Amino acid sequence: MNRIYLDHAATTYIDDAVKAAMEPYWQNKFGNASTIYKEGCDARSALNAARKNIASLIGANPDEIIFTNGGTESDNLAIFGIARQYKGGHIITSKIEHHAVLNSCKVLEKENFKVTYLDVDKNGIIDLKELKKSLCKDTILISIMYANNEIGAIQPIKEIAKVIRDYKIKNKNKKIYFHTDAIQAAGYLDLNVERLGVDLMSVNASKIYGPKGVGFLYARRGIKLLPIIYGGGQEKGIRPGTENIPSIVGLDKAFEIAQKMREKESKRVVSLRDYLIKNILKIIPDSSLNGNQALRLPNNVNVTIKNVEGESLILYLDARGIACSTGSACTSQDLEPSHVITALGKSREDAHCSIRFTLGRKTTKADMDYLLKVLPGIVKKLRNISAI
Amino acid sequence: MIKKRLRKPAQVLATASASGGEWIYSKTVKEHFFHPRNILLKEPKKGEFDAEGAVGNPACGDVMKMWIKVEPKTQRIKKLKWRSFGCATAIASTSMFSQMVTEYGGMTLEDALRLTPQDIMKRLGGLPPYKVHCSVLADQAFKSTIENYFQKFPEEAPAK
Repeated sequence: MNRIYLDHAATTYIDDAVKAAMEPYWQNKFGNASTIYKEGCDARSALNAARKNIASLIGANPDEIIFTNGGTESDNLAIFGIARQYKGGHIITSKIEHHAVLNSCKVLEKENFKVTYLDVDKNGIIDLKELKKSLCKDTILISIMYANNEIGAIQPIKEIAKVIRDYKIKNKNKKIYFHTDAIQAAGYLDLNVERLGVDLMSVNASKIYGPKGVGFLYARRGIKLLPIIYGGGQEKGIRPGTENIPSIVGLDKAFEIAQKMREKESKRVVSLRDYLIKNILKIIPDSSLNGNQALRLPNNVNVTIKNVEGESLILYLDARGIACSTGSACTSQDLEPSHVITALGKSREDAHCSIRFTLGRKTTKADMDYLLKVLPGIVKKLRNISAI
Repeated sequence: MIKKRLRKPAQVLATASASGGEWIYSKTVKEHFFHPRNILLKEPKKGEFDAEGAVGNPACGDVMKMWIKVEPKTQRIKKLKWRSFGCATAIASTSMFSQMVTEYGGMTLEDALRLTPQDIMKRLGGLPPYKVHCSVLADQAFKSTIENYFQKFPEEAPAK
């Protein structure tokens, strides 16, 4: 059976050019970048080139890029790195962050940090006034995701940065750091850190057609981060461990391709997304879009189909060759309904009935039409057996 | 007709396992999930069933309704139908439960009440640990149905 993969927010396959770029570093150029002989120099020059290229793609300096083993680690390093460096105090985040951020904040609460979890409106967007009110003399860190993984809601990062900047100026250049998790945004949005006004930014490769298990954290010059793991002096000692050169080269290539094609690809995917949303809402009775159609990632469709339990729907679609998910793939072993959908003001019942389709580079209109062809029958079957 | 309907799942299984590799659920769970037995598709006619029960809460992601028809003399379950809003596990375990209590001429109420979620799980070929609680719903819905039955027919209730 032909498979139709509609879960690109969970992960992507690796791009051919990325795979090719990584190839020399498995066997020929396998050296440890910390050594001084030829093999090591080869590895080091690849590492430096990747760092330089990534930095230029986001408008940063090479020394502001810290390679990590992925998105979760980047988020953890940003949050714990700042919190434990500057000890005690207040952190602001939102209720719809990824668990990599939320659970890090929960740990810090146990370490006597105060954490404010900002509400979002029905579109999944935070309220700038609420953010303004939450800032206080103890605030050291604000972590707000660029685009949400479940509903694709895009936060006004520039405006958030301005609110923070104004507060800092008013309070004698107080030290407050702004971190954004840009993992879902990296394939579609502008990641220039100067334009965005962020101090820290997490990106990973596995959502942008790169390898799994690699990412980076951008940390503005002058920011001191306390490491979360300890070892040698790699990554200025902030992230020790022998550098994973093939993956870092893959991350660089994937990120470069993603940023180069993002505008064109966004346009293409938006039209497929809007076609899918329009038709699901038209042909499936009692269905509704989670989040706002305009303020969302070009590839994200998240709908609630009343009386149709998400997991059952996924498995029926899987049997028909379609891969999709309910909310975050990380929560699908969790019995709690999505914290993102409930934060929009929807009921827990509606959250249990939510389903997410995330489109990708190979998604075609024919894929959308096939999904639209099989979906009504499955929904009807599950509603027939439903006890509600 | 029945045979024809039973053939289909085998085909689905073959294709899915060829393309999908390992499933988190057993073959039996999958089979019952895609082809649940004893679903009540139409609203029950008057007198079609002796009792009904329900458990769960849509907010928790699971709601189960059950209907039974009992042969008064033998107290054997002649018919057990159900409907569920729930995950694959809830659907498969209730389907299996409905099969277990109605096969071989039907279980007596006494025997059926002795069935445990573990018995259902065994017949299903196991469940992922975090899904075990979903198999309890069938058992709970059945207990609620039997309670309703004994309320309606107190003379049949076991002496306390």
